[in-house]
Amino acid sequence: MCIKLKAFLTKYMIVLVLIGLMIFSGIVTPAFLKPRNILNIFWQTSYVGIIAIGITFVMIAGGIDLSVGSMLALLGAFAITTSNKIGDSVGATVLSILLTYGLGALLGLGMGLLTTKGKIPAFITTLGGMAIYRSLVLNFANGGVYMSFSRTFSSFGMKFIAGLPLPMIVFIAYAVLAYIVLDKTKFGRYVYAVGANETAAVYSAIKVDVVRTITYVISGVSVATSAILLSSMMASVSSSSTGSGFELDAIAAAVIGGTSLSGGKGTIFGTFFGALILGVVNNMLVMLNVAVYLQGMVKGLIIIAAVLLQSLRR
Amino acid sequence: MRKFLLVLMVAVALVSFAAKYRIGVAIPAADHGWTGGMVWWAQYAIKQYQNDPNVEFYLVTAKEPSEQIAQVQALLARGIDALVINPYESAPLTPICVQAFRQGVYTVIVDRGIVSEEYNVYIAGDNYMYGYLAGKYIAEKLKGKGNIVVIRGIPSTIDDERVKAFKDAIAPYPDLKIIAEQPGYWSREKAFEVMQTLLTKFPQIDAVWTGDDDMLHGVLIALRQAGRDKNIILVGGACEKNIVKMIMDGHPLIEVDFTYPPNMIATAINLAVMALKGESLNGFYQKGIPRKIILSTETVTRQNAKDYYFPDSVF
Repeated sequence: MCIKLKAFLTKYMIVLVLIGLMIFSGIVTPAFLKPRNILNIFWQTSYVGIIAIGITFVMIAGGIDLSVGSMLALLGAFAITTSNKIGDSVGATVLSILLTYGLGALLGLGMGLLTTKGKIPAFITTLGGMAIYRSLVLNFANGGVYMSFSRTFSSFGMKFIAGLPLPMIVFIAYAVLAYIVLDKTKFGRYVYAVGANETAAVYSAIKVDVVRTITYVISGVSVATSAILLSSMMASVSSSSTGSGFELDAIAAAVIGGTSLSGGKGTIFGTFFGALILGVVNNMLVMLNVAVYLQGMVKGLIIIAAVLLQSLRR
Repeated sequence: MRKFLLVLMVAVALVSFAAKYRIGVAIPAADHGWTGGMVWWAQYAIKQYQNDPNVEFYLVTAKEPSEQIAQVQALLARGIDALVINPYESAPLTPICVQAFRQGVYTVIVDRGIVSEEYNVYIAGDNYMYGYLAGKYIAEKLKGKGNIVVIRGIPSTIDDERVKAFKDAIAPYPDLKIIAEQPGYWSREKAFEVMQTLLTKFPQIDAVWTGDDDMLHGVLIALRQAGRDKNIILVGGACEKNIVKMIMDGHPLIEVDFTYPPNMIATAINLAVMALKGESLNGFYQKGIPRKIILSTETVTRQNAKDYYFPDSVF
């Protein structure tokens, strides 16, 4: 019985943390628990959440991706620019979305090859990518804003299906898909093996470089998903501010969810709830009208406490 | 003879060198819409002088204070006659600006000041009136009664001054209440998120003031999405071109905007050139350029919006 309870706690501690936070916020501000607000939290979390899911693959395989925030701006700008150019029809919008996915995958592939074949530490390649992508976005927009003129493209980002915002649906579906890939496929097991012990993985005839590279492609595809949703919802991308800080939030979400910074450990389940915890904290700060200058401290404390609670259970 | 020619060449080179005014422009890199606008206006001003063989510009942008210090050091080492700088942060940039001034470089400080009086010109926007006029407008529009949401920028001294002024302006009206004051970090997405949350919390919001127009775009999206984009007064600031266009076209919710022009950098560059050439301001009885200039915060309405609409600008 006791062992069962412990196993349960180990697995679902993060959910308990989340529920605890929500109860606390609900008591302080009842408006927090309005269904509308819960939907909003899911919605607001989905952009970073989807990216965090991609980054979980990279981190479990022992890598890191710092380029995701700038890449989001670049891919969002690309989606807007192509859909503006190609036209306003559904076909044109689908084409521009596919092109954006293609570019995202390609950029991920490049990062992956540079780290694996180029033998450059992931921290450096993706740090370089972060600077390059942001600079390209700024350059093409001259520091300004990319505006969407395609009604079709800017229509789906704010769509509700069965009462649920589309980004939230995509976020959940994406998490389920990622869970299946990571937990139920051979590839998923390879990802863990590569991150846990590279040498052992090599001796087990796992193509370490290929597995690692694919995790970066997954990250690129995740960023593309998030970029398309966000740029459609805002109907614009700011070359200077869109996506800034997303890399830290995505990494934080994964780490809160139990992903190890040194690889080999982590779950999609954890990342999903880690992202939601971040979302709840951001929402709480506004709901509780936390003083402007104290927000960073409150956020930092909650993040540290969440990770601490997770590690204490071991 | 050969030696003489060489000396002559050097002398000619030196003279032509001396006749040319070299101006370093150091500004923060674009990290939100307004700073993007400032970079654009700096480039715009420099382009104006492209056919003037007597002036040469070096434009540098920095992402943080230490980078900007390094850039100014490089400019000084290269040799400049004037420095036009928007200090990334006041305190850390003060020593290098003072050093430039003491070296005889004509130093123009733009917007964020330095903690010293050793400079030639200080030109800035009026943060106080920027907040005050917004507050006064909202108070009068609401006839002194209602719930106001304040979405401010990145917590900083500039932002503090604007918010304080806003509160001063609504202080005479006891029935005006600021029901929430949250940072939107001068970003569309963040302002959207904050507004979305506040709309669920408060059933009655009568007016929203955002610290700048970028954030107003985010607020507009949140209002439209929640179906509450009516009977609400919206005020942003700094005259982003699309907001000015909305005012021009008679947008039902946005009737007014207040200037905090990123083109002050272009004005500052012109002032530096005028000073180097020994020109004075038209209409001023005093020779020379004034030492402190606070630009007025102008009110933009449907009547005059076209004068503030720069469709080619990025902001």
